[in-house]
Amino acid sequence: MIELKHVSKWYGQTQVLNDCSTKIALGEVVVICGPSGSGKSTLIKTINALEPIQQGEIYVDGVPVHDPATSLPQLRSQVGMVFQHFELFPHLSVMENLTLAQIKVLGRSVEVAQSHGLKYLERVGLLAHKDKYPAQLSGGQQQRVAIARALTMDPKVMLFDEPTSALDPEMVGEVLDVMTSLAHDGMTMMCVTHEMGFAKRVGHRVIFMDMGRILEDCSKDEFFNHPERRQARTKEFLGKILQH
Amino acid sequence: MLDLDLSFVTLELLRKFILQGFIFSVQLTVIASLGGLLIGTLLAIGRLSGIKTLVALSAFYVNTMRSIPLVMVILWFYLLIPLLTGHSIGVEFSAYFTFVAFEAAYFSEIMRAGISSVSPGQKNAALALGLTPTQSLQQVILPQAFRNMLPVIFTQTIVLFQDTSLVYAIGAYDLLKGFVTAGKIYGRPEEAYLLAAVIYFALSWAASFMVKRLERRIAIVR
Repeated sequence: MIELKHVSKWYGQTQVLNDCSTKIALGEVVVICGPSGSGKSTLIKTINALEPIQQGEIYVDGVPVHDPATSLPQLRSQVGMVFQHFELFPHLSVMENLTLAQIKVLGRSVEVAQSHGLKYLERVGLLAHKDKYPAQLSGGQQQRVAIARALTMDPKVMLFDEPTSALDPEMVGEVLDVMTSLAHDGMTMMCVTHEMGFAKRVGHRVIFMDMGRILEDCSKDEFFNHPERRQARTKEFLGKILQH
Repeated sequence: MLDLDLSFVTLELLRKFILQGFIFSVQLTVIASLGGLLIGTLLAIGRLSGIKTLVALSAFYVNTMRSIPLVMVILWFYLLIPLLTGHSIGVEFSAYFTFVAFEAAYFSEIMRAGISSVSPGQKNAALALGLTPTQSLQQVILPQAFRNMLPVIFTQTIVLFQDTSLVYAIGAYDLLKGFVTAGKIYGRPEEAYLLAAVIYFALSWAASFMVKRLERRIAIVR
């Protein structure tokens, strides 16, 4: 479904992605973890070309993302993305947030877009809030709307960029629940997250990054149950975050 | 001691001398602010586009306009165009054109600040949904920029309303000219100027008051 081949990226002189390669199969849930500044957010943003790359190849369902001839709006409409800071559009109501891209990008009628929006709003349990504005919702609710907004486009893949990092601890659960149910429905997902519990319960595979490189790329059982086979940097990282 | 006599001020006088000038001043303010906002927004987009030529051109236009006193722009345009084209363009059209061109520079800076006030994450979210860069500007960035800047836009419009009195330089018949004309005819120039000042003050003060209320409402909605 997604394939990265020798992807490298620089900001000026600084290399932020260094020869990253991996493959994600249909229906697979891959968790990307690593220390901050390791390039994991950048990596996930290369998949919908929010971050352009200087070297390597990226394919999403066979479409070459790195090819300048590829229509980025069309590609992006098939790749859902959820951001750390939700990024709902504050000047639009929840319903307008859900329908804007359906109407402008997919060319759906207002009625179809709204019924589609309602379906996903119900799925994330926020049907009662359809006429509210983002500022009237809690962080957890906003993030659930953001997930619903991405789902209304019927994406082939969902990318999550630290979806729970900006949330109060008590709201993390409601967002992870939505993500879990999505994974159980067979959605192909890439999640940058520090929620190791989610990785253990829901993930199929774990990618560990440090300094722009993919250091580990293995099944979650291998990743969590065989620390002796992990690299020193991975052990150090896991040691720190699993202590708490 | 000033010996003021306001007895010449009647409804008849207001209708005969002031109304026409008042309407022109308001029209000039509305057209200059809407036109200036439109062109100013385009200039701001150019300035932030990252395309070198566009950035340089809009920066040059804005900086030039902002370094010349308005009254000189009004005069130059009014005097130069007939010299260049051989046709007189009329006082009113000249005023409209000059004010739109001049105010565009100031509104451009306001909209530039407004666009910059919208977090880059908003653009990413719009693009990630498949909106084109133009669509994300129209649907996501500009509405927020405009809303964030609304109080500043109105404040600039109030300043603009006061500045319209500078069209006296080319003899346009505006609110101030109405009072001056009436003062001359009735032989009461001091009273006429005083009244004009009171009217400009009252209108601007009332508008500022409404902007302050609007500002508070926007703060709540955010």
